[in-house]
Amino acid sequence: MDSNFLPLFVAVPLAAAFLTPLVSKFWPKLADVIGNAVGAVLLGLSAYGLLYLVTGTESLVYWVGGWRPVPGLPPLGIAMVYDRLSALVVLVTNIVGFCALLYSVRYLDHFTARWKFYTLFMLILAGMNGLLISGDLFNMFVFLEISAIASYALVAFGTEAEELEAGFKYMVLGEVGGAAILFGIALLYAQASTLNLADLGRQLAGIGQTPLFWFAVGTLLLGFAVKMAMVPFHSWLPDAHPSAPAPVSAFLSGVFIKVAGVYAMSRLVFNVFDLSRATAPVFFDLLVGFGLVSIVAGGLLANAQRDYKRLLAYSSISQIGYVLLGLGIGTEWAVIGALFHVAAHGLAKGLLFLGSGAVEMQAGTRDLDRLSGLETKMPATAWSHVLGSLSLAGVPPFAGFFSKLFIVLGAIQARMYWVAVVAVLFSGVTLAYLTKVTHKAFFRRQGTEPTPAREAPGTMVAAMIVLVVLSVLAGLAFQPLVAGVFRPAAEVLLNGLGYARMVLGG
Amino acid sequence: MRGMSPIVRVIARLMAGMLFLYGGYIVLHGHLTPGGGFAGGVLVAAALVLGSLAFGSVESTERSSYVFSSIFESLGGLGFLGLALAGYMAGNMFFNNVRTFFRGQELALVSGGIIPLANIAIGIKVGAGLFAIFLALGASRFVMKE
Amino acid sequence: MVAFLACVLLMLYGLYVVVTKRNLIKIVIGFSLIEYAVNLFFALAGFRPQALAPIVTSLNQPRNFVDPLPQALVLTAIVIGLSTTALMLALAMRIYEKYKTFDIAEIRRLKG
Repeated sequence: MDSNFLPLFVAVPLAAAFLTPLVSKFWPKLADVIGNAVGAVLLGLSAYGLLYLVTGTESLVYWVGGWRPVPGLPPLGIAMVYDRLSALVVLVTNIVGFCALLYSVRYLDHFTARWKFYTLFMLILAGMNGLLISGDLFNMFVFLEISAIASYALVAFGTEAEELEAGFKYMVLGEVGGAAILFGIALLYAQASTLNLADLGRQLAGIGQTPLFWFAVGTLLLGFAVKMAMVPFHSWLPDAHPSAPAPVSAFLSGVFIKVAGVYAMSRLVFNVFDLSRATAPVFFDLLVGFGLVSIVAGGLLANAQRDYKRLLAYSSISQIGYVLLGLGIGTEWAVIGALFHVAAHGLAKGLLFLGSGAVEMQAGTRDLDRLSGLETKMPATAWSHVLGSLSLAGVPPFAGFFSKLFIVLGAIQARMYWVAVVAVLFSGVTLAYLTKVTHKAFFRRQGTEPTPAREAPGTMVAAMIVLVVLSVLAGLAFQPLVAGVFRPAAEVLLNGLGYARMVLGG
Repeated sequence: MRGMSPIVRVIARLMAGMLFLYGGYIVLHGHLTPGGGFAGGVLVAAALVLGSLAFGSVESTERSSYVFSSIFESLGGLGFLGLALAGYMAGNMFFNNVRTFFRGQELALVSGGIIPLANIAIGIKVGAGLFAIFLALGASRFVMKE
Repeated sequence: MVAFLACVLLMLYGLYVVVTKRNLIKIVIGFSLIEYAVNLFFALAGFRPQALAPIVTSLNQPRNFVDPLPQALVLTAIVIGLSTTALMLALAMRIYEKYKTFDIAEIRRLKG
């Protein structure tokens, strides 16, 4: 009875996405109400779900349509699995989604066709939530494509020339990645004849790691690498994320690349393919290598940018490198650090992008060399930006510090000392360019007059403050969070085929 | 584009009706023969596109056609979700096959629980949606005024 | 086996078109090739030799069917590919209105 709320994660935003075009022909303002109501409902559901799991249950499995698995036959139904890992990422997704929706109420004032924005955003939320709770491989792909297509449309939402160009290039690259994922799914199905993730894990364990298996893994990894902007498939991100409207950039950078890329990949790698550092060290070394390249490339390129949002986009590439590094190292602390960084970066980068949108909307430009002295005119935005940068750069006691600390601890635990050195070094580089942005955008004066601007409207500031407070709280309360939320989530990943036992039993 | 010659209009009037009927047949028999909602919806959309091209209702009625198809698309999607949620109420499972609808013998036309109704909803949605895509791509000067 | 290799070849050719051609519409066509090749591969994965199409025509029929699951999945994937192609073409049309060209070498206002 209690797992009945799982389909609501998908049904509620999907219903809103169908309803919004219908009602917006009569009452255009209703779109804002529907959008924010859905954001609040999803946030409430995910908080309830996480608390439900933290207080005892290991997971909630829901078989759609009532098609429970019959012992002896392969499972026929589509499963929705809400375990500790999904609960964590669902909560982060819905927090950032709620804040982005709250922010959009005033930010969309200089766009036309508000209801189109809300429809697309509802679709992207439905896709993300569906991907996170899906226990079926093809269901994951369908929800991934739903949210990806909505994101392509949202990136090009402003329909300026550069935004359309960025949207088109993002779309071609992203869809080739999607086709690669479908190809990998086809190869896996050809071997195992089942799509349920738990059953697939068991069948693949029975078949063993043939060359065809590795080819399928490689193709899937290629597809997910495009979705998460892993170097060398990152070229779409610096064009796409700045071109999107600010709440969409916040959602894409903070949530989408992590869920569609890192979560989907790690769910498959750890729980279905049952790879671990002990059994496939080459694969994990490859992940570490790619993570390091992303950190270095993203960090160095971020330092050279003049455009506010483009710098933040390169920073996203760098931080995804940290998450990949943590997953690739594979020890318990490293995986905990990677998951903590998913949460911390989601909150902090979302906050930074929302701040950049406020600056762009109020001051009229994104060029760092032309802004000056905004701290006096936009104090709330400026100080929340400072706190967000501190969290992202890894300054204690914010959340970002603990996530990078755990990753470095994991690296030392696995005796990869030079990896730890590079991670710490580029944490310093992150601090450097974020300080540069904060200084140039808000605190520096050139000439005598600050750039004319007013403080951002109330709902926008409120959304940013929510994210600031959560970043600070996540850092201060890291001890109970790690013990209660992050460590069980990491254990779900590291348990490998224990996922199958959890879903199918026995 | 002011529509086409009278020969085309006569043939299009016949063909659009037949296409519509055939699309409806494929949608309704979705639980017995291949096809179902998607394929039938594409045929319905083809009928609508044929009618729109042949009769050249471009300048005057494109806007209302677009609004019309948008409404139907939303209704189709909501109908599908409503059917899925009906599973909640009757059988305590999302998307359960509510056996009170369309109860009948196997392999008859009226059978199969909510599956024919779901096919109809999908057929409406896909048909309206593809027609809206055609309008948006082909007549975007008139449609993208919002 | 030959059919699978043909699908992979088609996929590689689509990738070649996406990477090398300069016209936006040709890039969209190349992507469509990739999409259809992957769908075809998936549908072929369900083949069983000497089997029938998976349509139940009477209740007492011997059930010697090809695998129906890939066919249902490919139906969904075809629709996804359709909507993706439609969105790409709409974006291409809007780009043409702004840039007055379909040549991707000219559409390079974003740098870095």
